[in-house]
Amino acid sequence: MNWFAQNISTAIGKKLLMAVTGFGFVGFILMHLAGNLSFYFGKDAFLKYVETLHTLDPIIVVVELVLLALAVIHVSTGTILFFQNRRARTTRYAVNKTAGGRTIGSRTMPYTGFLILLFVILHLSQFHFIDHAVQTPWDAAVDTFNNGLFALIYMAAVILVGIHIRHGFWSLFQTLGLNNEKYMPLIQTIGIVIAVAAAVGFFFVPVYIRAVI
Amino acid sequence: MSTQTIDLTLKVWRQHKNNPRGSLETYPAKGISTDMSFLEMLDVVNEQLTAEGIEPIAFDHDCREGICGMCGAVVNGRAHGHMPETTLCQLHMRHFKNGDTIVIEPWRARAFPVIKDLVVDRNALDKIIQAGGYISINAGGPQDGNAIPVPRDNAEKAFNAAACIGCGACVAACPNASAMLFAGAKISHLALLPQGRPEAKKRALSMVRAMDTLGFGNCSNEAECEAECPKGISIREIARMNREFIKAALS
Ligand code: HEM
Ligand code: HEM
Ligand code: SF4
Ligand code: FES
Repeated sequence: MNWFAQNISTAIGKKLLMAVTGFGFVGFILMHLAGNLSFYFGKDAFLKYVETLHTLDPIIVVVELVLLALAVIHVSTGTILFFQNRRARTTRYAVNKTAGGRTIGSRTMPYTGFLILLFVILHLSQFHFIDHAVQTPWDAAVDTFNNGLFALIYMAAVILVGIHIRHGFWSLFQTLGLNNEKYMPLIQTIGIVIAVAAAVGFFFVPVYIRAVI
Repeated sequence: MSTQTIDLTLKVWRQHKNNPRGSLETYPAKGISTDMSFLEMLDVVNEQLTAEGIEPIAFDHDCREGICGMCGAVVNGRAHGHMPETTLCQLHMRHFKNGDTIVIEPWRARAFPVIKDLVVDRNALDKIIQAGGYISINAGGPQDGNAIPVPRDNAEKAFNAAACIGCGACVAACPNASAMLFAGAKISHLALLPQGRPEAKKRALSMVRAMDTLGFGNCSNEAECEAECPKGISIREIARMNREFIKAALS
């Protein structure tokens, strides 16, 4: 185990943890997005989807535990990286200018990440840690988005998720060593498509719910 | 073409034993020929400062033709100035306008302590090399030139990575003061050649671990380094280093 601890704590090792857990999150977001699209087909269609999903309950428990583990690793490693990177430049420059490498996404990874964490905690308290016997997920959505402030928070949060993925997706392939003139442009494009799809797909759920209730 | 001259205002980082915490000082630079290089401009300013009894500005330099990697400063927030693939010694004053104010700061990184003014200690880069950025040839006379076949493609990629002059601009430009581009170039350059393969595993592990102990930050794939590198080293060299590291860690 010593070799593992020694290598995973290096600059590259920590990034590999971010990449693998981030990849897991992207997978979850895509499944969650696909499932949530059934919101747009109305209450009955949505609850039918929820019912189908419940037949998979044993698998879902596993998925939830995996997600929790990924989240613990992603957030704790991200926090370590953030503070180590700040400490690596003790005296700041008087003039800061980009040479054109950074993007809005790459600049803001720790901040969008932290805000997403706050959002997920709020989201779980409103949708997951509720009494499912008295409240269906549809009811939870109606109750949440009925409140204009919460609707706005969700809409803002999913844009942050899009920004985080916009940089995170290609970045995770770079971290894994998969950067090549031939396929990097394709990876970049896929990242943008996923980021936009997630942001747009989730964004209109609150809008839709408020329109139909 | 007639030679033009321009007048500039410099704001230069001064730090030495009488000013240990350092500060930006303002000096005029008048009548600077646009044919001069940035370092020649500093030479002219230093002559004026000396005449006025002010200690000249200390800066590193050697070849002054963009090949040794000694020079370097952050000019208006850009490592080696704003021109692409240019070292400070090859940056010409024609790229500045009359009346410009130019802020000149040393490379800033915890791993590069300031020695004096614009001169920083880049020994940390040497320590990364010492950890494995070489091949061991312990015996024998020289081999026949073509005894070890090298695919042309690999030879060219290795050559591109070997173009790194170790100037440290990548560290200076990185928002996290990470040395991944430098280490990536050095590891790639040897990993691509058959002569480098026998020690590839040991090299990847120990150079990466060395980088961590020297106080550099971690890579966030911001890609500022490749945009500032005077030798156009690509972050694909970082990806190659990561592959080498993963292979080495898993075997
Ligand atoms: C829960 C709160 C989250 C926090 C605190 C967080 C934090 C971070 C930070 C700080 C980084 C950059 C690390 C670095 O390169 O220095 C990062 C990278 C990444 N994050 Fe997150 N993140 C969070 C949620 C998410 C979510 C929901 C997703 C996916 C939808 C995601 C996907 C990624 C990906 C793909 C990367 C790139 C990994 C790499 O560059 O190799 N993260 N995260
Ligand atoms: C408008 C946007 C969204 C809606 C309407 C929505 C809706 C839901 C619903 C109905 C559930 C099921 C609750 C349950 O029965 O346990 C759920 C769970 C969850 N959602 Fe969302 N969601 C949205 C956006 C997001 C985003 C952007 C993220 C992540 C960044 C996210 C992360 C999660 C997680 C982690 C769970 C728990 C999964 C589980 O326990 O298996 N959601 N969401
Ligand atoms: S990679 Fe480029 S910027 Fe970094 S030390 Fe080498 S030549 Fe300088
Ligand atoms: S002085 Fe040699 S590269 Fe600039």
